[in-house]
Amino acid sequence: MTHQRDRTLVTKGLARVEGEGGMYVAVTGSQVDEVRLDIYEPPRFFEAFLRGRSYTEPPDITARICGICPVAYQTSACQAIEDACGARVDGPVADLRRLLYCGEWIGSHALHIYMLHAPDFLGYPGAIEMAADYRDIVERGLALRKAGNAIMTLLGGRSIHPVNVRVGGFYRAPSAADLAPLAQQLRDALPLALDTVRWVAGFGFPDFTCGHELLSLSDQGKYPIERGTLVTSGGLAFTAAEFEQHVIEEQVPHSTALHARLTGDGLASDGRYLTGPLARYSLNSGSLPPLAAQAAAEAGLGADCRNPFRSIIVRAVEVVCAIEEALRLIGEYRPPAQAAVPMTARAATGHGVSEAPRGVLYHRYEINADGSIRSARIVPPTSQNQRAIEEDLRQFVQDRLDFDDEELTRVCEQAIRNYDPCISCSTHFLDLRVERR
Amino acid sequence: MTVPSAAGRRAVVIGVGNEFRRDDGAGPEVVARLRGQAPEAADLLVSDGEPTRMIEAWDGAALVIVVDAVRAEPAVPGRLHRLVLDQATAGPSGSVSSHGFGLGDTIGLALALDRMPGRLIVHAVEAGDVGQGTGLTPAVAAVIDTLAAAVLRDLASPAR
Repeated sequence: MTHQRDRTLVTKGLARVEGEGGMYVAVTGSQVDEVRLDIYEPPRFFEAFLRGRSYTEPPDITARICGICPVAYQTSACQAIEDACGARVDGPVADLRRLLYCGEWIGSHALHIYMLHAPDFLGYPGAIEMAADYRDIVERGLALRKAGNAIMTLLGGRSIHPVNVRVGGFYRAPSAADLAPLAQQLRDALPLALDTVRWVAGFGFPDFTCGHELLSLSDQGKYPIERGTLVTSGGLAFTAAEFEQHVIEEQVPHSTALHARLTGDGLASDGRYLTGPLARYSLNSGSLPPLAAQAAAEAGLGADCRNPFRSIIVRAVEVVCAIEEALRLIGEYRPPAQAAVPMTARAATGHGVSEAPRGVLYHRYEINADGSIRSARIVPPTSQNQRAIEEDLRQFVQDRLDFDDEELTRVCEQAIRNYDPCISCSTHFLDLRVERR
Repeated sequence: MTVPSAAGRRAVVIGVGNEFRRDDGAGPEVVARLRGQAPEAADLLVSDGEPTRMIEAWDGAALVIVVDAVRAEPAVPGRLHRLVLDQATAGPSGSVSSHGFGLGDTIGLALALDRMPGRLIVHAVEAGDVGQGTGLTPAVAAVIDTLAAAVLRDLASPAR
């Protein structure tokens, strides 16, 4: 640590986030002037790639945006196109979609909790170093991730970028017998998930509260995963079709990702809001299935959670939820007569939303009468959260300016990982630079 | 063709890479080339290289052969490297992001968890272009058959 009033901190290569980018913090004296997430992973132009392609292609093309949450992209894409085609997918096909999504939640959350975030709380530079001292615990994380991947492989055809998803449903639906071994693997994983909640609830958490507006889906009494309508902590409620009336995306000079703001009365002047596990939990904790609700209560979460550092507990609760839901869905499963609802293209615009592990993921497609895509719009969760992350970092750094350079950098990195930012998805991130002037 | 299969353990070939990033697709392309040629007891897999998935993929295997594209500075696109790694020589390379996890991170985690395969052979090809798009550059495309043949030799004589 330097003891000058004005100083510069530079940290390169912030680890354990999804993608590439940086963060810049400017401090003058005792005042934090500016916090920016500098996203420099190249823009990926997926919205432009999709123009002119067939309405059947977005689930496969957009799955390639992210290796961690491809099912989220496939699901939001399918629902938007089905909306445009005037088709409704329900019954066992819709249940299979939720089951597949549960697999992604389990795998993504287990990866983040054990490999990316827990080392921060236990004082390790990374999961490899943590594994040397916590071998059994890391093995538990791997077993959970394996259970999630097993769902993805069985329903999706493979665990990364599934190939069995199509507009209207699936290419092939499993038999009840196909799902039986999966149910046993999930029953074995359930106590591991409950142990995970108890483990992370024992971590030390900084005293920090965020005051952002919260945005998540709501799904008729079920914990929102693969579908729903949008609700906010301030009482807004709107459909996917109304998303762009309420969420405005804007370019900012320092990022190749668009920034989003929520419009409406009583919101922060910059329209910042938060989506993801904290929002999902705080707006839907009453809809958790029984074991997940009990685990959340025992972990001391309460009805809502406004401390981003405790998001690791929420993720762990959501793993329990996803396993519980998967077991319920498998138990009730009766194979559909058709693996996919027949779909006919028409000139129309459709909208789809789902809860990616990192938050609300919106797709909109405008389709021509011949089935070609006229325009596409994709709003991923990390770009929606950027303003809220920057504001949290501003407040977090402001309260910790007495930390030495190394410790301040370390806690800033930890704070960013609270949001599990997926820069690959949002690029449209990490290198941390703190300039004290 | 002899494949290590003692006590039911198996051989696994993992092509690491992304076929939509040009030469990064070399590993998956080699795996595609091996289909129908490799012995049935060898599992042929494609992976994005994420460590937990890699460790899961080689769980219980006596022999693991990884085929991956690498960036070298300066690069000679198409130049091949063969590395034989065991617990005495392997170690972590330093973590970046999960998208940037390298094979060294996978090996470091596997060592910490005592989940290294009995023998790990890495075939690496230097990439010329890992930008967005499909199709290998001519220099890398020209060595895919050579790489596939080298993998088959390792499957036949793993102790080599």
